[in-house]
Amino acid sequence: MAERGAPGGHYGQYGGRFVPEALTAALDQLDSAFRVAWADPGFHAELDALQRTYTGRPSPMTDAVRFGQERCGGARILLKREDLNHTGSHKINNVLGQALLAVRMGKKRVIAETGAGQHGVASATAAALMGLDCVVYMGEEDTRRQSLNVARMRLLGAEVVPVTAGSRTLKDAINEAMRDWVATVDETHYILGTVTGPSPFPEMVRTFQSVVGREAREQVLEIAGRLPDAVAACVGGGSNAMGLFAGFLDDPGVDLWGFEAGGEGIESGRHAARFSGGSPGVLHGARTYILQDEWGQTVPSHSISAGLDYPGVGPEHAWLHDTGRARYAPVTDAEAMAAFADLCRTEGIIPAIESAHALAGVIGLGRDLGPDAVIVVNLSGRGDKDVATAARWFGIDAGIVESAEGR
Amino acid sequence: MTALADAFGRARDEGRAALIGYLPAGFPSREGSVRLMRAMVEGGVDIVEVGLPYSDPLMDGPVIQEAVGIALAEGMTPAGVIDVAGDVAGSGAATLVMSYWNPIERFGVDRFAERLAAAGGCGVITPDLTPEESADWAIATAAHGLDRVFLVAPSSTDARIGQVAAECSGFVYAASTMGVTGARSAVSDAAEGLVARVRAATDLPVAVGLGVSSGEQAAQIAEYADGVIVGSAFIRVVLESPDLEAAEQGVGGLARELAAGVRRRRDRALS
Repeated sequence: MAERGAPGGHYGQYGGRFVPEALTAALDQLDSAFRVAWADPGFHAELDALQRTYTGRPSPMTDAVRFGQERCGGARILLKREDLNHTGSHKINNVLGQALLAVRMGKKRVIAETGAGQHGVASATAAALMGLDCVVYMGEEDTRRQSLNVARMRLLGAEVVPVTAGSRTLKDAINEAMRDWVATVDETHYILGTVTGPSPFPEMVRTFQSVVGREAREQVLEIAGRLPDAVAACVGGGSNAMGLFAGFLDDPGVDLWGFEAGGEGIESGRHAARFSGGSPGVLHGARTYILQDEWGQTVPSHSISAGLDYPGVGPEHAWLHDTGRARYAPVTDAEAMAAFADLCRTEGIIPAIESAHALAGVIGLGRDLGPDAVIVVNLSGRGDKDVATAARWFGIDAGIVESAEGR
Repeated sequence: MTALADAFGRARDEGRAALIGYLPAGFPSREGSVRLMRAMVEGGVDIVEVGLPYSDPLMDGPVIQEAVGIALAEGMTPAGVIDVAGDVAGSGAATLVMSYWNPIERFGVDRFAERLAAAGGCGVITPDLTPEESADWAIATAAHGLDRVFLVAPSSTDARIGQVAAECSGFVYAASTMGVTGARSAVSDAAEGLVARVRAATDLPVAVGLGVSSGEQAAQIAEYADGVIVGSAFIRVVLESPDLEAAEQGVGGLARELAAGVRRRRDRALS
């Protein structure tokens, strides 16, 4: 693991910083503010207190007995319940850390990109808490898919800017946030929501999310009396996965599994599976696996889940993939939705569709590993935001979609 | 002497700044873009920047985004860009390509430099490649005799300017403002200070871009910079023209206005 977090933010050949020169000074400032803060007990005291009294950490670990018995070949499935965090997902872990840094750097305004809206909601929440102005860029297509979260952000006082450029999804929202940041960098911090982008974002976001893996490791030792055989998470940009993996990277007996969005199937071309259907390239400031054509133009991704609908992935994942330390597999829309229904019916938990991709992966993993296996899966978010999409998918939307979706 | 050094040298001898014009290859069509860039040169542009259309131009404002979107829809590829650059270079102007990094990396770093040099291009501007990430690029451009232009910004520290300038050849691109490309009514005050800081670090020519749209602005910048870069203003002329012929006339007219602007400093000195 010696190459992890190497100077310049490289993970082997991946990572780095591919940005307009205007951002170099801000990234250097952020890097230094992050390192100073992380070495400062005062910062940790502040962050820990917020996590405990505001987010509700530690998040519990639930023994999903029926889901394991009835769906996963009898394997013991332990759910890391990030869905129970304030704002409904793991995104708040990173956002609170970065918002505290913004305050430390004297910045009065924060901007964020969002796909599913979870990161936007978390950013709007932290901005309200800390008295910062907040602008969230969101692809117009996603504002339609996730209108509930648009309303939440606006209730929290954030301005939501629908992005109409390009494919009108997360990739374009990131472009627009970068453009804003270049012009406003003196007073603005860009709260990037995942483990990609230019250095130091991948390392910093992983560090703020590593609380998930740290807690999970303690909890599984307590509940199962041993380390798990595998840990699993969905991978869009990959922050919930990186947070979970961080707790187990140095345990060679624990397999790390990332499940990316297979959309309508790799062969259909309509997917967001960077490892199965992409190749190394540079996007949004980092070298990593991306979906691109023969000329290096970004190919639009597709997933039923807005949070996984992104053509890039965090550079540390690219490195873990190439070194073989972690394994990545695609999960189709249909497989994810079946797992979504399974968790609803066996555990009484409605997961985010993003997290349902990890659950689908774990169903296969459990069946392969058998009844003696212990598997930790990150339930990264709750499914309230996805009720309308799911109701439509299962054909039970008569009479409810109007009120749930508001349009 | 490279074509770029030649162009800056000629301008200096004439007591003026060099005029650099940008248009994306393939906008509004392959042939149309060549005709427009030739019209630029006939109007007085010394150095042409041929834009390589890319799906995620995060340093560009709405005008260039629109033009690049049209070029991509027209099917322009990096190989096509090299052809276009060759056609433009044939008109005698020093011809650069401006490209985000991923299309070059995907094409093959050495292969891109080799093909562009063979076509007659003289250099490449890379807005999202920093010196830290450019080891392979330095080797490839040196091997094929291409100039390598990086950007500095008002936020760049003096140390950083020194580091970037040391990796540049041909000229240093000074971004006048903190922001994306696009015409602005006034060029930022930051530009002059930035140029002075670059001069302290290097003997290379310094060209100022971002936000320049009129002869008046070009004249102001020519007071302190070696080159004036104009992009979005040319594109706007094209977008507002009813057909290609009108666009050619408009582009030529704007080039003449800007060319007069970069010469006004000398007129003032002589009067």
